[in-house]
Amino acid sequence: MTAATHGTTSTSTMKLTLRIWRQHSPEDGGSMVTYQIEGVSPDMSFLEMLDVLNEDLILRGEEPVAFDHDCREGICGACGMVINGRAHGPERTTTCQLHMRQFSDGDTIDIEPWRAAAFPVVKDLVVDRSALDRVIQAGGYITAPTGSAPEAHATAVPKEAADFAFEHAECIGCGACVAACPNGSAMLFTSAKVNHLNVLPQGAPEREGRVLDMVAAMDEEGFGGCTNSGECTIACPKGIPLQSIADMNREFFRAATKRRR
Amino acid sequence: MTTYTSYTVGDPIADTKAPDGPIAERWSRRRFEAKLVNPSNRRKHTVIVVGTGLAGGSAGATLAEQGYRVVQFCYQDSPRRAHSIAAQGGINAAKNYRNDGDSVHRLFYDTVKGGDFRARESNVHRLAEASVEIIDQCVAQGVPFAREYGGLLDTRSFGGVQVSRTFYARGQTGQQLLLGAYQALSRQIEAGNVEMHARTEMLDLIVVDGRARGIVARDLVTGQISVHLADAVVLASGGYGNVFYLSTNAKNSNASAIWRAHRRGAYFGNPCFTQIHPTCIPRSGDHQSKLTLMSESLRNDGRIWVPKAKADTRSPDQIPEAERDYYLERIYPSFGNLVPRDIASRAAKVVCDDGHGVGPGGQGVYLDFGDAIARMGRDKVAEKYGNLFEMYERITAEDPYSRPMRIYPAVHYTMGGLWVDYDLSTTVPGLFAIGEANFSDHGANRLGASALMQGLADGYFVLPATLNDYLARASHDAVEPDHPAVAEAVADVEDRLNLLLAIDGDRTPDSFHRELGELLWDECGMARSEAGLHKALDRIPELREEFWRRVKVPGTGAELNQSLEKANRISDYLELAELMCLDALHRSESCGGHFRVESQAADGEAVRDDKDFSYVAAWEFTGSGSAPVLHKEALDFEYVHPTQRSYA
Ligand SMILES: Cc1cc2nc3c(=O)[nH]c(=O)nc-3n(C[C@H](O)[C@H](O)[C@H](O)COP(=O)(O)OP(=O)(O)OC[C@H]3O[C@@H](n4cnc5c(N)ncnc54)[C@H](O)[C@@H]3O)c2cc1C
Ligand code: SF4
Ligand code: FES
Repeated sequence: MTAATHGTTSTSTMKLTLRIWRQHSPEDGGSMVTYQIEGVSPDMSFLEMLDVLNEDLILRGEEPVAFDHDCREGICGACGMVINGRAHGPERTTTCQLHMRQFSDGDTIDIEPWRAAAFPVVKDLVVDRSALDRVIQAGGYITAPTGSAPEAHATAVPKEAADFAFEHAECIGCGACVAACPNGSAMLFTSAKVNHLNVLPQGAPEREGRVLDMVAAMDEEGFGGCTNSGECTIACPKGIPLQSIADMNREFFRAATKRRR
Repeated sequence: MTTYTSYTVGDPIADTKAPDGPIAERWSRRRFEAKLVNPSNRRKHTVIVVGTGLAGGSAGATLAEQGYRVVQFCYQDSPRRAHSIAAQGGINAAKNYRNDGDSVHRLFYDTVKGGDFRARESNVHRLAEASVEIIDQCVAQGVPFAREYGGLLDTRSFGGVQVSRTFYARGQTGQQLLLGAYQALSRQIEAGNVEMHARTEMLDLIVVDGRARGIVARDLVTGQISVHLADAVVLASGGYGNVFYLSTNAKNSNASAIWRAHRRGAYFGNPCFTQIHPTCIPRSGDHQSKLTLMSESLRNDGRIWVPKAKADTRSPDQIPEAERDYYLERIYPSFGNLVPRDIASRAAKVVCDDGHGVGPGGQGVYLDFGDAIARMGRDKVAEKYGNLFEMYERITAEDPYSRPMRIYPAVHYTMGGLWVDYDLSTTVPGLFAIGEANFSDHGANRLGASALMQGLADGYFVLPATLNDYLARASHDAVEPDHPAVAEAVADVEDRLNLLLAIDGDRTPDSFHRELGELLWDECGMARSEAGLHKALDRIPELREEFWRRVKVPGTGAELNQSLEKANRISDYLELAELMCLDALHRSESCGGHFRVESQAADGEAVRDDKDFSYVAAWEFTGSGSAPVLHKEALDFEYVHPTQRSYA
């Protein structure tokens, strides 16, 4: 498009075939169901495309497709679907930030929920990711009851440490790493929080317990082990690097050794 | 039948419980005078907290740390996903780390002035005091704020102020602050002090003998309706900007918790005070489901302009400097691109209505980083704003490094909300409202980076102190689960859901929401007129009647049913919208984000009317579609003398 001040808003629309996983309840078998959809604008987000389908389904007296979403800005971590076999689809972003200009007229798109032992399907594309919350509850925090904090400038934090912490703290808890992993492992998610907190001076006192307890919780929740396939980091919309897992392993062995002593 | 425009005026609000004496001592005094609950007795008190955003998350964690039994709710699958997560730009605090003349008093002054003199001085001063402690608290939790090379905290400037007091974590400040609160809350969940109900929506308030004693909630997965009883209920359910359908709020943010509380007796404060944010990505078509904010921090370095010629369709790089109108810099030389939001939004509307707008439908102005890139270099710009630029490009397929962003105002925040006194108590004893859910400290316009500050001040510091006092003073006999008030609230909820499912009409819930949103945007948006508001007040009851006749909700109530959730929320918007328009109609002055076309100066600037409107409008519910009662809380300004705001 070369439209001058009129941005890149396009007027040509697409016709698509959607094959969507429909599953009424956790106990149900579930299956792929095919839908045709027309008039899809390239400027629509992927979820807006599903909105259009759902409006149509309601008027036809059918049940709309259930999916999780909230911010639609790529930050809350609520959305997530496996699109043509890839967690969050073809672009390295969240499902809500994926736009239809990534697809072409006539395409067939497969849409499935996250699949992992630790994420049971609730309905259609909605899964239960509460296991991730429980991993955080096991130690993904710094104990600092309200009112007990010292003056913020009492401890300077080197910029490199602050930046390193921030880059790991960017994780949105979407679970794409788990969905993409052949073993359904939550190592990338867990390591992101461990590394965020363990590099900071404020996080030092609980450093060992944090990594040991979070890894233990991860195992208890039924997440698989890590075999270094690297699929997690490819799917991660926030670019949490694979190195994060190696860093956590180092923290883990350091803590385990220290505890044994 | 009385029409909705013929409201009655009831007793003024006599006591806001704000202590008197020197303003800087009021909060310490209130805290000192507050009764305390003996730590060993706290476990016997149950407090319900609805919401896990900055306000609810911080309150739930703090109350649990103090020893109370907390039962908490959110509609998302995890408390970490509350709408606060999306806040981008930053959080204000009067730390004066820059030594640029900042102080608690200046933050107080800026906020009262920024709110166009429609906020309560005592509250705003307390907010400014608490701001300092918030930063300490968040740093201790490990919130990775931006830092300078020396390891100290960095700050930036936001609109409406001339100091640099905004702390930030790249463009994800809300996310990082919320994760701090969420982690503190997680620790209390693990410790068994907080009983967390995710994917559970509050649908009604239970009031027994005039006091809030619990809620009725629906499990969004199973559809199960449950009753939760407590000694106090705290609403931290966020703002109601989604009444406009298109807004920057998360898609499922809603008004139901506060609206149901309003129906049960809590007054609603200043419902028409809505913030329209100047820098959002313009809509691209009818499919648009929400609008995306481009953080106000961009106005630190970006310059806003439109072509001087009308309907100029040249590409921006073809428009020479002399043919560009940097209208904010021209009209407001001392604040320039950093004027408050209401002023920047209205100015954008004026130039676009006048034919200078750019992009589809002429609904846009340029936010240009050309000069900033030339001055600081592309890398520095990328470091500061990289993630926002990426988001812009993903949505519009245009590269903001080489072509100015197109932006347009969008609904962003609601200054209105449940009326609360100095203790954050609503007019229903035992029911508190914190964060964006209350009518808050921002008057008629909120300054940037002040909502995060207010949510955390309420949740970490203010509510825990005042709730303590309430619990210590009142006696709380257990409410029997079969109390008639409980049964009545449950029956109300069930009847309503069953009715929604039974209509089986021919229109989708969203189609009503869009229609309502458009009506409100046109008549109760950036410019409001008497005729337009009358039009909206005529149309809304018709739309509501049509909704209850024609809406179609597939499925059943005993399962995950997102259409039912939506329809239920829309049914509340259809009542709230009417109150917003009535409030806007009755307030015939212009102030802050509320611009009445009848009340403007020759140059188009808003004209406030302190003689007749220096009050908070607190509305009492009397029945759906029946005329409400207006209670006025007079505003006294002892420290910041009201003047016509000037940013020129
Ligand atoms: C895009 C964007 C950017 C922003 N940037 C900034 C910024 O840079 N600085 C700033 O100061 N402010 C900013 N704001 C404003 C600020 O983010 C919000 O005002 C603030 O986060 C609101 O927090 P809260 O805790 O009151 O409510 P929310 O964060 O909205 O949380 C509401 C909670 O209530 C729950 N809830 C709601 N209804 C129910 C119900 N019926 N039953 C059960 N649970 C319910 C939700 O699940 C959620 O947990 C921004 C806002 C937006 C939209
Ligand atoms: S590590 Fe990445 S993919 Fe995994 S939950 Fe966090 S943001 Fe999502
Ligand atoms: S909906 Fe929030 S990240 Fe996609």
